[in-house]
Amino acid sequence: MTTDTQEAEAQAAHEAAFDAAVAAEERIEPRDWMPDAYRASLVRQIAQHAHSEIIGMQPEANWITRAPTLRRKAILMAKVQDEAGHGLYLYSAAETLGTSRDELLDKLHAGRQKYSSIFNYPTLTWADVGAIGWLVDGAAITNQVPLCRCSYGPYARAMVRICKEESFHQRQGYESLLALSKGTPEQHAMAQDAVDRWWWPSLMMFGPPDDESAHSAQSMAWKIKRHSNDELRQRFVDICVPQAEALGLTLPDPDLRWNEERGHYDFGPIDWTEFWDVLKGNGPCNEQRLDRRRQAHEEGAWVREAAAAYAAKHGEARA
Amino acid sequence: MTTAPTTHAAALALGDDALVLSHRLGEWAGNAPVLEEEVALANIALDLLGQARVLLSLVGDEDELAYLREERSFRNLQLVEQPNGDFAHTLARQLYFSTYQRLLYRELATGDTPLTGLAAKAVKEVAYHQDHAEHWTLRLGDGTPESHRRMQQACEALWRYTGEMFQPLDGLDIDWPQLEADWLTSVTGVLERATLTVPEGPRTGAWAAGAGRQGLHTEPFGRMLAEMQHLHRSHPGATW
Repeated sequence: MTTDTQEAEAQAAHEAAFDAAVAAEERIEPRDWMPDAYRASLVRQIAQHAHSEIIGMQPEANWITRAPTLRRKAILMAKVQDEAGHGLYLYSAAETLGTSRDELLDKLHAGRQKYSSIFNYPTLTWADVGAIGWLVDGAAITNQVPLCRCSYGPYARAMVRICKEESFHQRQGYESLLALSKGTPEQHAMAQDAVDRWWWPSLMMFGPPDDESAHSAQSMAWKIKRHSNDELRQRFVDICVPQAEALGLTLPDPDLRWNEERGHYDFGPIDWTEFWDVLKGNGPCNEQRLDRRRQAHEEGAWVREAAAAYAAKHGEARA
Repeated sequence: MTTAPTTHAAALALGDDALVLSHRLGEWAGNAPVLEEEVALANIALDLLGQARVLLSLVGDEDELAYLREERSFRNLQLVEQPNGDFAHTLARQLYFSTYQRLLYRELATGDTPLTGLAAKAVKEVAYHQDHAEHWTLRLGDGTPESHRRMQQACEALWRYTGEMFQPLDGLDIDWPQLEADWLTSVTGVLERATLTVPEGPRTGAWAAGAGRQGLHTEPFGRMLAEMQHLHRSHPGATW
């Protein structure tokens, strides 16, 4: 038998074992064999997820120094801190696949890896912080809860921890929006305006429609993804409509109505031109978000170098 | 709990220190040099905000006190209101202040005043803050020539604000000269281990020692308050 055939046979055996493990709902772990494309797809998705946590700190941090009460300020600071922590978990999960945080950050800064399009929208009033908690975190949870059963172990375990904290943030955002909605007429108007601006971008968080989603089919076959974009989007709309009613706020969609036959809410068309524009870098804050991130990284270089130099001098293991 | 008017003044002063420094650290969110520091700085800011809320609540309504007083009524140290500057300035400010807080709270935790409960709980937090500042002072001081230069500069720039920490606060039974001596020993030790030169200039603050405690602040502080208070003030009487 030639070496080539031996290798091919070994490869086939690996693939069969991998497919069987995925089919049996077993978790794939870092030392297990996995197809190169599976590895690459996970790195792409986990990195994008980590980047979203980091960039996502910006629109909310924008209001930390202006939060209207000390209680709200503490809640918001804790939330932004959690997001940095989520970024850390996720970069660690990505590193189990053979990449490094530095490498991923370089790609983010160079615009070669993406983050969630939602964070390219500005936070213009305090109510935006509540709307982000309710809608953006709500959409994130709808997306992420199924990832707790993702076939890749480290990612699934990170998601379990992250989802717990996200649900907490989501409830706090809802509660903050409720306080505004039931507050003065000015506060109510502020809450409604925020929901009007964040509703459609939140629906876009589920990604392009199923027939235009490049990675969906393969990700579902590998059990990285469990449900299609449109399925999750529908689930989210169904959850939000009664919540909006309880908040005393309306959703900015004249086509939104219950469909008895489907047992779901019908909703109006999404502006996919806007979605692709934002994704290509032409949203309201794309430039600002990346610039700020690059600036923080560049201005922090001397600090990281100092820590490395100190560690080298004093024989510490490098972080 | 009703507090004696004298302890009121001390609670207000210490509450304002924690409130203002927490706010400054909050400005770092999204700007830190590494992710771990995003977590650490926010963590310290949250601890301080928690302390501020307890202390201000001993005096009155926390939000009225934070959002409806003007600059001249704030009793915080000038040190904590200083702008963040670069990471070295932020860490030098942390080193000076958390060393003070650690020593002061350790004393207060053993006493029997309305502040004892807060101090007993917070002393663990401020020990962590001081550790964090000490570790970074060593890394920056004894890191690269660039980080050494920046840390030295920061330590010198903030040195003048360190004297007012030891102006006696009414109602607190503290041996202030001893506290100052302990502070100097501790800070000097850290700076020397970090290969930094201990600054020699005056330590009397921008006006005179204790000015911050009398509501005499530095220019950046009014701007900080304008940002902090504007939303709350724009909606009088609203609940959030």
